[in-house]
Amino acid sequence: MEWFLANSPMVFERAGQHLVLALVPMILGLLISIPLAQFSRRHSALRQLVATVSSLLYTIPSLALFIILPPLLGTRILDPLNVIVALTIYAVALLVRAAMDAFDSVDDDLRQAAVAMGYKPAARFLQIDLPLSLPVMFAGLRVVSVSNISLVSVAALLGVGNLGMLFTDGLQRNFVTEVVVGIIAILLLALVMDALLVILERVLTPWTRAGSIGTGAKAQSGAEFLADAKVHAGAGS
Amino acid sequence: MNIFTETFAWLADPSHWSGPGGIPVRLLEHLQYSGLVLLIAAAIAVPVGLYIGHTGRGRVVAVAVAGALRALPTLGLLVLFALVAGSGLMPPVWALVILTVPPLLAGTYAGISSVDASVVDAARAMGMKELQVLFGVEVPNGLLVMFGGIRTAVLQVIATVSVVAYLPLGGLGRYLFDGLVLQDFPRMLAGSLLIAALAIVVDLVLAAVQRLVVSPGLSARSKGGRKAATDLSAAAPAAAAVQGGTA
Repeated sequence: MEWFLANSPMVFERAGQHLVLALVPMILGLLISIPLAQFSRRHSALRQLVATVSSLLYTIPSLALFIILPPLLGTRILDPLNVIVALTIYAVALLVRAAMDAFDSVDDDLRQAAVAMGYKPAARFLQIDLPLSLPVMFAGLRVVSVSNISLVSVAALLGVGNLGMLFTDGLQRNFVTEVVVGIIAILLLALVMDALLVILERVLTPWTRAGSIGTGAKAQSGAEFLADAKVHAGAGS
Repeated sequence: MNIFTETFAWLADPSHWSGPGGIPVRLLEHLQYSGLVLLIAAAIAVPVGLYIGHTGRGRVVAVAVAGALRALPTLGLLVLFALVAGSGLMPPVWALVILTVPPLLAGTYAGISSVDASVVDAARAMGMKELQVLFGVEVPNGLLVMFGGIRTAVLQVIATVSVVAYLPLGGLGRYLFDGLVLQDFPRMLAGSLLIAALAIVVDLVLAAVQRLVVSPGLSARSKGGRKAATDLSAAAPAAAAVQGGTA
């Protein structure tokens, strides 16, 4: 605690770097995934290709990807851009499948009703498909948020500044307190981000609370453990 | 693309394929660490997962514990164990076990509870004992989802074992950190490519095993039932996500 108080400006600075490195890829990933998913989900060959490529990319360990990217991008190994690109790749790999599932989860009757009411394709997508796919989309976003925050710390091994530096520095100086502060800080960051996403989802999808009473506890608990399993799929080193 | 020719020259150099620091030795170390972690983690996670999936008891506790563990930073836990429990092989192995149990556990109980309740009821009605229901009906029917958890866990372990070299231990991660210290980028890139290749090959092998072991009726049904499943926004994305692998 004393160490934390004495070094809190440094910890907050590292937390800020950490948050930027985790959040920017998540937003970029979302911006890339939505059009990609909307386009490829209507073509079954393309859909298969996207699913295969994304699971292949997701297989590559982050530490390896942080090193493979610099010569491809022409960056230096210390450049935070490598981390942003690598995590964006993982985010897209995860979100594009989540987004395809999310758009699939929208009832086709609703789409047809919208068309019958005279919605143009773009308006239908923005006002019908996108809002109704939010619950499934948010499940994917929460996975990306937790896994990104955990993955960013690995980049500290290569010298890219973030909370993971507390681990590398703590190991070198044989100083447990610093490591514990790092772990707590990362846990808090992940928790706060997850809570913010949950709140954001509630604000954006007010109808889910009204409708979920009738479907019963069984479906709810099912969704819960599946969301849990999804998070594990994302949380790597 | 000078760096790539240098890297392939490094990979093609026969002296890097023999001796105590050679690629076969590092690869074997990598697989040994991963195997050890997976064995211990499976010995804990699979029985507990089967129990929770079969009885439904303790699910809330398991979800809570797994939820708390999932946000834990891998690197932090590894360093913490190394500092507190000292050097050697076992502290990082235990840290890795803690990180591997949740996906295995989640995969196992998700697999068991994904089995249609009416199938389980039918098995009981036919007079099967609880253990027969579990191993004769629930495990074979839940195997597809369970394999998702297994593959996630295996990929996660292989990825994380590369970090263990930082502590410092062996494994393919050695090339990354030795290369970083020596400013020898071809060595780092070669190590990274080897790790990526290992992860992909292992996942392909597991996919082949999955194809052999899982009943063909199950995968056919999951394809046919895809539309129905997505209506519930549950089963299909979960299968995809559980198989998502890890970074």
